[in-house]
Amino acid sequence: MSIQVTVNGAPTDLTDGATVAVLVAARSGGHDRVAVALNGDVVPRSRWTATELSPGDRLEVLAPTAGG
Amino acid sequence: MLKGPLAPHRSQARSGPLQGGPHEEAADPFVLGGETFTSRLVLGTGGLPSLEVLEEVVRASGTQLVTVALRRVEAAAGSSMMEVLSRCGVRLLPNTAGCQTAREAVLTAQLSREAFGTDWVKLEVIGDDRTLLPDAVELLDAAEQLVADGFTVLPYTTDDPILGRRLADAGCAAVMPLGSPIGSGLGIRNPHNIALLREQVSVPVVLDAGIGTASDAALAMELGCDAVLLASAVTRAREPVQMALAMRQAVEGGRLARGAGRIPRRWHAEASTSMAGLPDL
Repeated sequence: MSIQVTVNGAPTDLTDGATVAVLVAARSGGHDRVAVALNGDVVPRSRWTATELSPGDRLEVLAPTAGG
Repeated sequence: MLKGPLAPHRSQARSGPLQGGPHEEAADPFVLGGETFTSRLVLGTGGLPSLEVLEEVVRASGTQLVTVALRRVEAAAGSSMMEVLSRCGVRLLPNTAGCQTAREAVLTAQLSREAFGTDWVKLEVIGDDRTLLPDAVELLDAAEQLVADGFTVLPYTTDDPILGRRLADAGCAAVMPLGSPIGSGLGIRNPHNIALLREQVSVPVVLDAGIGTASDAALAMELGCDAVLLASAVTRAREPVQMALAMRQAVEGGRLARGAGRIPRRWHAEASTSMAGLPDL
């Protein structure tokens, strides 16, 4: 059983019951200072493991970069 | 040998942190958001070719505060950039570059607080992609929300003195007016407005955006700005490290000149050599 969410603009299939923590582990690509937005709200790191994803959720997984 | 007037008359003794450099800047501290800096140059990190150059530029500039951004992980520079900045011992100032609404900017600031562990934010809310000029209405709205949320808000704004005053009244820790559009290198298009803005607010004024070369940075300081924030002028220069040093010295020179008090402008010449005792030849 899987659910479809949108991660950084792209449709993504996750197993049912997947949490933000699971998604970050899969998508952080070695970044340790990651921030996550779920449907337009911040998900604090302390809530990653407790936050289960639902079908249709929109997520942004962000990391530091250079900027002016 | 002519020594007196040409010799440096200030002590060259080092004082304070190493990054303060040899110019006794510790005697002229820059207080921003309750933190004390010896450098008055804030550096943007965008646009450099490599992390090696980033480190050289940061060190040459003497900066103690650098801007950073947040992007999707696939496009982000990654932890190596953070390691370089950590090694340089600089404080981080996350920006909200690219945001066009107060909602986007507030959310970006909150995400940056998570990622970077700081409640400082360079608040940018732009009106469109072509000019990158601030959207005054959205900017003030975002500033009010972020101040209420406990952020130290440093807004990138227009050179409008009244808007600057409104941002300061809203509780922003500084006001950061543009000299000209971001990345344009057009310098300070309205020096009078910058000087007026300096009069209008009691918080620090940081000239942000438009700096093209060292004389622009010096002018900002001569106009009374407390610091200069620049990125492209250094990162896109042919020799970024050399330009970083030039900007450091320009900011220091402009600050000294401001304190020294420039002579009034005159329509006609005024001789510096006395006419008394002029021989009749």
